[in-house]
Amino acid sequence: MKFLQHELAYRLATQRQLSRREALFKMGAGIGAIGLASMFGSNAVAAEQVSPLAPKLPHFAPKAKRLIQLFMPGGPSQVDTFDYKPMLAKHKGERPGIVDRKTLRNTKMGLMPSPFGFKQYGQCGKWVSDIFPEVAKCVDDITFVHSMHTDIPEHAGGILMTNLGALQPNRPSLGSWLTYGLGAETKNLPGFIAMSPRALPRGKFANWGNAFLPGAYAGAYVNIHEMKPEAVIKDLKNAGLSSAQQREQLDLLAKINQMQLARLEQDQNLEAGIQAMEMAFRMQASVPEVFDVSKESEETRKLYGDSEFAKGCLIARRLVEEGVRVVQLSHSIDGYDIAWDTGHGDIVGGHATLAKACDQGIAALLMDLKGRGLLDETLVVWGGEFGRAPTSEGDKGRDHDHYGYTVWMAGGGVKRGFSYGSTDEFGCSAVENRVHVHDMNATILHLMGLNHEKLTYRYSGRDYRLTDVHGHVVHDIIA
Amino acid sequence: MAVFSHRNPLLLLAGSTALALSRLTAAEPVNFSREVLPVLSDRCFYCHGPDEKHRKADLRLDDESAAKAVGKNGAAIVPGSPEKSLIVQRMLSKDPDELMPPPEAHKDLTPAQIATLQRWIAEGAPWGKHWAFTPLVRPAVKEPGNPVDALVGATLKRDGLDFSPSADPSTLLRRASLTLTGLPPATEEMAVWLADTSPAAWEKQVDRLLASRAYGERMAWDWMEASRYADSNGYQGDSERTMWPWRDWVVKAFNRNMPWNDFTIWQLAGDLLPNATDEQKLATAFLRNHPINGEGGRIPEENRVDYVFDMTETTGTVWLGLTLNCCRCHDHKFDPLTNRDYYSLTAFFNQTPLTGQSRDGQLPPVLRIPPADEAQRLAELEKSLTEKRQSLETERKAAEARRPAWEQKLLTDAGTTKPDGQPGPDASSAEILRIAPEQRTDKQRKTLTTAWEATEPALATLSKEVGELEKRQKGMGKDGPKVMIMQDRSDVRKTFMLYHGLYNKPGEEVPTALPGFLATLPAEAPRNRLGLAQWIVSKENPLTARVTVNRFWQMLFGTGLVKSSEDFGVQSEFPVHPALLDWLAAEFRESGWNVKQLLRTILTSRTWKQSSRVTPALLERDPFNKLLARGPRFRMPSSMIRDQALAASGLLKPMDGGGPVNPYQPDGIWEETTFGNKKYSRSKGDDLHRRSLYTFWRRIVGPTMFFDTGSRLVCSVKPLRTNTPLHALATTNDITFVEAARALALATADKKEAGARVNAMFERVLGRSATAEQVAVLLSGMERHRQRFAASPDRAVKFLGEGTVVPAEPERTPELAAWTMTALTILNMDETLNLE
Repeated sequence: MKFLQHELAYRLATQRQLSRREALFKMGAGIGAIGLASMFGSNAVAAEQVSPLAPKLPHFAPKAKRLIQLFMPGGPSQVDTFDYKPMLAKHKGERPGIVDRKTLRNTKMGLMPSPFGFKQYGQCGKWVSDIFPEVAKCVDDITFVHSMHTDIPEHAGGILMTNLGALQPNRPSLGSWLTYGLGAETKNLPGFIAMSPRALPRGKFANWGNAFLPGAYAGAYVNIHEMKPEAVIKDLKNAGLSSAQQREQLDLLAKINQMQLARLEQDQNLEAGIQAMEMAFRMQASVPEVFDVSKESEETRKLYGDSEFAKGCLIARRLVEEGVRVVQLSHSIDGYDIAWDTGHGDIVGGHATLAKACDQGIAALLMDLKGRGLLDETLVVWGGEFGRAPTSEGDKGRDHDHYGYTVWMAGGGVKRGFSYGSTDEFGCSAVENRVHVHDMNATILHLMGLNHEKLTYRYSGRDYRLTDVHGHVVHDIIA
Repeated sequence: MAVFSHRNPLLLLAGSTALALSRLTAAEPVNFSREVLPVLSDRCFYCHGPDEKHRKADLRLDDESAAKAVGKNGAAIVPGSPEKSLIVQRMLSKDPDELMPPPEAHKDLTPAQIATLQRWIAEGAPWGKHWAFTPLVRPAVKEPGNPVDALVGATLKRDGLDFSPSADPSTLLRRASLTLTGLPPATEEMAVWLADTSPAAWEKQVDRLLASRAYGERMAWDWMEASRYADSNGYQGDSERTMWPWRDWVVKAFNRNMPWNDFTIWQLAGDLLPNATDEQKLATAFLRNHPINGEGGRIPEENRVDYVFDMTETTGTVWLGLTLNCCRCHDHKFDPLTNRDYYSLTAFFNQTPLTGQSRDGQLPPVLRIPPADEAQRLAELEKSLTEKRQSLETERKAAEARRPAWEQKLLTDAGTTKPDGQPGPDASSAEILRIAPEQRTDKQRKTLTTAWEATEPALATLSKEVGELEKRQKGMGKDGPKVMIMQDRSDVRKTFMLYHGLYNKPGEEVPTALPGFLATLPAEAPRNRLGLAQWIVSKENPLTARVTVNRFWQMLFGTGLVKSSEDFGVQSEFPVHPALLDWLAAEFRESGWNVKQLLRTILTSRTWKQSSRVTPALLERDPFNKLLARGPRFRMPSSMIRDQALAASGLLKPMDGGGPVNPYQPDGIWEETTFGNKKYSRSKGDDLHRRSLYTFWRRIVGPTMFFDTGSRLVCSVKPLRTNTPLHALATTNDITFVEAARALALATADKKEAGARVNAMFERVLGRSATAEQVAVLLSGMERHRQRFAASPDRAVKFLGEGTVVPAEPERTPELAAWTMTALTILNMDETLNLE
């Protein structure tokens, strides 16, 4: 960030009274409020006022500093992707008692083997479906959680449950809790960015909303199909002004406020205001830049491939590199807000197409993060809001299954080449080491250095949590 | 006034702010409410408190007799004997199984806290009540002058501090003007004040501001937040509603200084007053401001129960400062409020005829607000109708005289046939005529009259005219917004406790009652909302006066005397100035709940008039200005920042209430959020420049120009202050501010000398001239901008072309663009964005 250093040097040179301002600018380059806290004495709250997104100390040492959620709305089928169940072929067409459970449409059909082949990969020998050949190459970096379960088999509620830890839309999202708890490490970008290539996942903005948390913690949404970075943030540009002129304007303002600071001697509110202005300016330059993948090397772009989802993966890497705390990339297709639901009627067509659209990008993201040494501190989570039943619906489809499904995680302090929990022999219900969505969310917070029982916000008379009154950290998957 | 000193070092540790403001004066006895109860509440009540279902070891420490009762092992608290008191033994235990609070609860006590409890027990463990629940008694103030200063001064003196000097006059008027009216002082107003040397000059200014129309608008803003006011229902669909006549009523109520007790009673129970007027019924819209859930598949009764909860909890927060919602599911963990109390309170609101069905934003019971000219139009219509009927009558009489001849002729002609052999035109009439008049049917009479009238054109015309007027009269009385108001059913709906707040899990039936620990309704009081409202403003209620003056204090100083203005319960922070709060509360109530007088008392105090300048030493000691050794300084609400820019630039257009307006907002926001179902169509002309109060509030996506407002989903009484960079982007780039800057540049264009123009801008925005240094900096910046624009004049044209009040293209010069940038700088100065 040479540009920033120039800017700082320039600013410093134009200031007369340097004492606290100088220190602030030095801090402002990256250390942020943790450093500022020491300047304000024990007054950490005042430091936080400098910027709501200034980095905050976690509850304990984190394993992961950033989170990338690869969200697969619609419900990918576990038995056709990562939860290999050879017993399905043996008992094809039967309906044993353990799979005779009420599903959304209450289908009554028998077991349907996966139409896809499975092969073993990596040192861990993980069985992976043929529709994910690239991700399969990364299994030695992944922890598969096969024993996920959630509360309802219906999309809107299930999606909100995954993202908000609640069935109602008026709760803060996982990403907003994380930015509330940790701030962001970027001074140029929002702390939480949500993206999708086409349709917004069902529930739309509620999925990355802040609800009652302060507005600064809302996820900023980008449609990577349209790719209008200026639409990420409102009023990002002033129509008539060049970038140079905007900067000049900011300097003028800084100078004027500087005089005020001298007059008032000290006031943390004033410094907070100055910081906010500066961050606003930096956003104007950084937001369009970070979304511009054309500056990536040929090699990198080749690694990711050309799909829209892959472009999202590449942007996700660029964002976390810049210190964005949480990136959520949802898979979606034109006009359909629950892409993976195309499996209802057709697993072969639907799932194969969807997997093809994201497989290379996901694998590239894992390899790229690893190659840059970012994977250790970046937690990548892949999964949908529930899975699909091992029994068939119609000839080729599967109904929703919230009794058991798979989510996988990579990097950020989780074990490598590891599988945790299991479903029954047919892949219908989680039976061993069951992990509820609340447990998953508690674990994600834990990996990020936050105690899910202590990350609270008082609203309307009570302390709210992401995990409500539930959630147990799954310590066994932590490396 | 022993209660003021912070003798206990635990407060230094416990407070997140670590106020270094206390000295130890060991001679004073421990204060139960301030030093003991908070510790017991925070560390012990969760398991040994009011919640019976969650209580451990059958021990409760929130109740004196229970805590001191002797069991088989002794008593938890033995007055006078800390060493015999079981709680002390357990708190000091080295055995982790014995230790209390248990280590796994993470509620460890500090040694200082334990020492305080020991000392308190040694002093006899005198019990007390949480301060906010004790009766309100006006503290005696002996010192002359403004009692606010006497009380604050005493605290400062004890802490070895003194008041800061008064803010300079221009800062003071700007502060007062923004605080009370939300608008900066006009330059003429500032000039009058600066020139006024009379002894009561300041009081005159305060009175002027309190008397201004803008005062009511400013006060209404906070009330809209508290009342979760919006122009749509919320939830999916988010259909519109028309509650704004109530908003206008609130403005007027503040402006005419309606006593707070009436303001309360009308809004909670105006419809139940004897011979309730439309205005009193309109006031009850307060309770109906809750969101309406019309989502498909929702169960109506579930919605209805939600609405009842919302009304109950809003009332609880606004008037009682209690967090009632905890008690939906269980007894309160900290306050003596039970699950049963909660449902007893909901009984007051459980009596409306609502079913929970429908997403109609004008869901009955409603009050139609007729258009202002309706009565006049109706009177005019009635007048012309009377006249027309008279003419018709006169004409009819004249015509009647001709009727026998017509009938005769008809009978004569009846025998004839037309040349084609068909019967004559009046054949049927003639037949009727042959029937004896008394035997004719009504229909026959009508046919006859119609036939006759057809031969009398003047009569026919008049008759038609009367008919049209009658039709118009019938159609009147339907126009105008319908405001949802309160009304109770004729029969009493039974109220039940609901398990975990679930509508379909009713338990025991509960009576309509107040929370037991606070009061019981007097025998003669009505068991309805009116009874509740009357108790709320009665002397028996210790909370409402305290809670209300605290919110006004919060409005004036940025933070309340009790920081948690939404929670006065046991978990709230003990106020630094408890006597001041009680004095103000008692004064407010005894003055006849006179809001303007209360504000005047505070605004004319030395305390409020202090300069907000702070020394490093004082900042270190009291970063949040709890001691009040300086004046208030805080970031203005974003709505006020917008209004200030409009007012200072001369763009602001006054509005006498009415429907909401749609000012500038970045494109596409409603569309994105509602999937294209709601289109934002920007207002035209003056409506782009109304006060923020009148902006259309879509509940699911509030106006984007505000960054610190409540969600308007539930009641919100505490300001959210933010300086998110997104707000900075709005104040530097949004059309609202760019247009205001241009208007400011144009409004000062008559100043030919550059420095004078900068000063003129400063005066309009900040009420003062710029310093020579500021002028120099701004002018050098202006010159740089001018050169840049001169180098690319297209940019100037584009930059100056934003908005609607746009100068003609030849006037969009680099010069004007540069001055606009200067104005924009001034509108974004920290001094401008803060109230200081």
